Amino acid sequence: MKTFNYHSAKDVKEASKLASSNSAFLAGGMTTIPSIKLGLATYKDIINIKNIKSLSGIKASSKTLKIGATTKHVEVANSKDVKKAIPSLAALAEGIGDPQVRNRGTIGGSIANNDPSADYPSACIALNAVIHTNSRKIEAEKFFKGMFETALKSGEIIEAIEFSIPEKSNYQKYPNPASRYAVVGVYVAKHKGEVNVAVTGAKSCVYNDKDLAKALSKNFSSSVIDNVKISSSGMNSDIHASAEYRANMIRVFAKKAVEAC
Amino acid sequence: MASLVGSRVERKEDKKLLTGRGRYTADVNFVHQTFAYFVRSPHARAQIKKVDTSKALKSPGVVSILTGADIVNDKIGGLIAGWRIKSEDGSDMKVPPHPPLASDTVNYVGDHVAVVIAETLDEARNAAELVKVDYKILKAVVSTKDAMSSDQIYKDIPKNMCFDWLLGDRAKVKEAFDKADKIIKIDLVNNRLIPNAMEPRAANADYNPSTEEITLYTTSQNPHLARIIISAFNGVAPENKLRVIAPDVGGGFGSKIYPYAEEVVCSWAAKKIERPVKWVADRTESFLSDCHGRDHVTHAELAVKNDGTFLGFKNETIANLGAYASVFGTVTPTYLFGPCATGVYKMPAAYSNVKAVYTNTAPVDAYRGAGRPEATYTIETLVEKAARELGMDPAEIRMKNFPTQFPFQQTLVHSVDSGDYVGGLNKAMEIADYKGFEKRKRESASKGKLRGIGLCSYFEACGIAPSPVVMMLGCGIGLWESAEVRFNPTGNVTVFTGSHSHGQGHDTTFAQIAADQLGVPIENIEIAHGDTDKGPFGYGTYGSRSLTVGGTAIVKACDKIIAKGKRVAAKMLEASVDDIEFSNGEFVVAKSNKKKTIGEVAFACYLPGTYGEVKSPLPEGDEPGLKETSFFDPVNFSFPAGSHICEVEVDPDTGETKLVKYTAVDDFGTIINPLVVEGQVHGGLAQGIGQALYENCHYDESGQLITASYMDYTMPRADNFPEFNLGFTCTPATSNPLGTKGCGEAGAIAAPPAVMNAVMNAIGTEISMPATAEKVWKACNKNKKRNSEAA
Repeated sequence: MKTFNYHSAKDVKEASKLASSNSAFLAGGMTTIPSIKLGLATYKDIINIKNIKSLSGIKASSKTLKIGATTKHVEVANSKDVKKAIPSLAALAEGIGDPQVRNRGTIGGSIANNDPSADYPSACIALNAVIHTNSRKIEAEKFFKGMFETALKSGEIIEAIEFSIPEKSNYQKYPNPASRYAVVGVYVAKHKGEVNVAVTGAKSCVYNDKDLAKALSKNFSSSVIDNVKISSSGMNSDIHASAEYRANMIRVFAKKAVEAC
Repeated sequence: MASLVGSRVERKEDKKLLTGRGRYTADVNFVHQTFAYFVRSPHARAQIKKVDTSKALKSPGVVSILTGADIVNDKIGGLIAGWRIKSEDGSDMKVPPHPPLASDTVNYVGDHVAVVIAETLDEARNAAELVKVDYKILKAVVSTKDAMSSDQIYKDIPKNMCFDWLLGDRAKVKEAFDKADKIIKIDLVNNRLIPNAMEPRAANADYNPSTEEITLYTTSQNPHLARIIISAFNGVAPENKLRVIAPDVGGGFGSKIYPYAEEVVCSWAAKKIERPVKWVADRTESFLSDCHGRDHVTHAELAVKNDGTFLGFKNETIANLGAYASVFGTVTPTYLFGPCATGVYKMPAAYSNVKAVYTNTAPVDAYRGAGRPEATYTIETLVEKAARELGMDPAEIRMKNFPTQFPFQQTLVHSVDSGDYVGGLNKAMEIADYKGFEKRKRESASKGKLRGIGLCSYFEACGIAPSPVVMMLGCGIGLWESAEVRFNPTGNVTVFTGSHSHGQGHDTTFAQIAADQLGVPIENIEIAHGDTDKGPFGYGTYGSRSLTVGGTAIVKACDKIIAKGKRVAAKMLEASVDDIEFSNGEFVVAKSNKKKTIGEVAFACYLPGTYGEVKSPLPEGDEPGLKETSFFDPVNFSFPAGSHICEVEVDPDTGETKLVKYTAVDDFGTIINPLVVEGQVHGGLAQGIGQALYENCHYDESGQLITASYMDYTMPRADNFPEFNLGFTCTPATSNPLGTKGCGEAGAIAAPPAVMNAVMNAIGTEISMPATAEKVWKACNKNKKRNSEAA
């Protein structure tokens, strides 16, 4: 491990000011710290944002659910507000990693990292989330740019994620048998007038499967899924799952999700 | 006192191990200690043109950097192949040099090139990045199947072949096959596995310049073997100047039987720099450089009559040794594999032919079961296929070919002393409700699931013996075991065993044996192992040998203690030795109430005098003290056996296989501690099921290890397993006085064929291990397509 300067910011303004092209914000540290330890990443400055109180917490309103960036997975999983407003989101949080990860990892960290097989990005897409940062609001569709790539600029900090409360929703994933990350995760959400089918794990970045979404918008029933073409082109292929298998699993898990809605 | 043998005594060692009070090699620290970090080859095969350490030497905290050139200069010997195998044509096996640090070529990703020694681990690691190695990359040989027709790795080893070994009689097999009604053929891959002991390997070597002694702490299943190899072969220090301690060790599964390059280098370096040198593998290093297991490509054939009678068997296997011949790398696919090839069956003719090849992958050595899982997988999937092709019930075809008379002389090597294969399979079928399977299958089908059932009847040959035979077959060591039973003056007991416990529960099981033999409460008995300076030389723990061989040595040493105790008690009680009877810890004069406890006798042995007069309790000719040693060399292996039945449910939409029912009925002879034995069975099953459904070591074409972390190497987890239904039958072994047979490897041997037979029964297609979801899904799809085309 290479040495670095450690800072603990007391507010968002200070954290942002400390940031540089060679720094990282530290919240749960579930990706950052192993990356540093394995020598995959080196930083000059590590800026701890865990002590910034305004970044943590869950607020429910009639239409949205707003979750602070440093809210831990375990807090989302156990939150009465989340369970009531969007039970599938609480269930998703309950299924991330293992207890150690859920007790430290944060929602903001997860979406800022944008791992192609992370769970939360699919929730953001399916639930029409708005990402609140210290300088602007970004729609989820525009936030996730590519593999480990987001719309965030240097020094920009996620403050909260605001989810729209759907009529019904469900998230199903096929976990990688080794890492238990999603080989494929499908988040189906039925909003008034539209359906989103967010898919994680299958491609280099989370996406909304427009064909599935369209078919389900017309008829919200798992039976329509068999008639939708799911192309494996552009899908990930590795020792755990070929692109063809991933495409199949999207179909199977989309059905499961719709049936569980 | 009630006998402890057979009772579920809770493991004495668990309090320490489960509360974080164990002391592992990584917990050992010395004053003035340095840290080693190894520079490893990033290439599967390359020539080393130059190693430039000049920049790294200037890095902060660096104490020393040693390379292959230093190994050559100091005449440090190479790592050894411990078992010499001869080819069918009589020629000796071919073994490439294996220096602890490479000087001219590297032969797998992770091969050792240099060691950086620094004041802290971070400093060592940072400096290692600055060691510049100039490689000329060569084309790597990776595939087991194609190794013989690939580029030649070593100058003197054509076809990359170590040996071409035969056991059995080709002519007799041909005769048998000519008479057969049907020949059943199968092509198999026994997938390569990475051992993944919970504790990564580690070494900490301390050198005392004034006494010239090295003390090496290391993660070893066999510290005595480590000492003799590092002394006699690597030449680091004479045996009397090298003490090897294997303290608590967190699992080995075969991968820690022998010393690796790291232990040799740390010991040598400690002497060179006159400071302690500590190395602890990180998990990636474990994946890259622990010896791997299995990796066979096999073609096998079974000749049968139409009524299911077996006539003959042949097995043609290519075994991957990896880049070098490791200590037990050559015996694993030969004498641990070939003799078990015909399984639990009467087989009039058989042969096993094994070609062992070198590839640019990590060395392959013994891994839980070592050779026997590979043999069992072959015969048991073949027998199941024979049943399918003959339209017989898989249980019926097995029953038909089981021997019923014991001792049973097998065709190839073993004379099996005892067993009851019919009884074992019957019991397994009863526990598994074999008859009710069709109903359960219909229930699964109504939920859209494919249910399958698979059987495996196995036997295992463990506790390899006797030593003269083993050495005649090419083994570099004997395989007896030692025990020293030492009474302390106050009457409690320390038992030293030459075996080593790294999860097996010897502290408890061995104490139960000694407690019964000596009539001493179990809490007054301590089992000591793992330190070459404490007890006598021994051969460590592997191959399910410790109880049958090491446990018997304890019994024999206790016999000697009791014999001496009788003489002393006779003198003390003024009776004749012949009249002294020993039971429940008391020496009693027959038909009297005159007696001495064994504690009183021990006390008298250590304090042999009487206050105020010259009077000794010791008979003339007997020395003071009460301590006896035994070296036990059994006359034969022990042969545990059993039948396992597995049921799976396959989801044809996803290919996911769920293990819904698993029954294991094993015959381990006399069971000392059922709790410990059940734990051993569970652990073995977890590893066997892991091989069948999840685990797979994957190198890409260039020899890079793709499964180099838990992100990609699928270790089974608790939620992958159902409750195991265990049952036992008992035919005591006749080759040791306890009647015990080994139990450590059974689960890992029996589970892969039981699980795979169940999966193949469910989906109706042959597939290879591991039966991953995608593989099963593809097989289901192919079937669907075939069925719809047929319709």
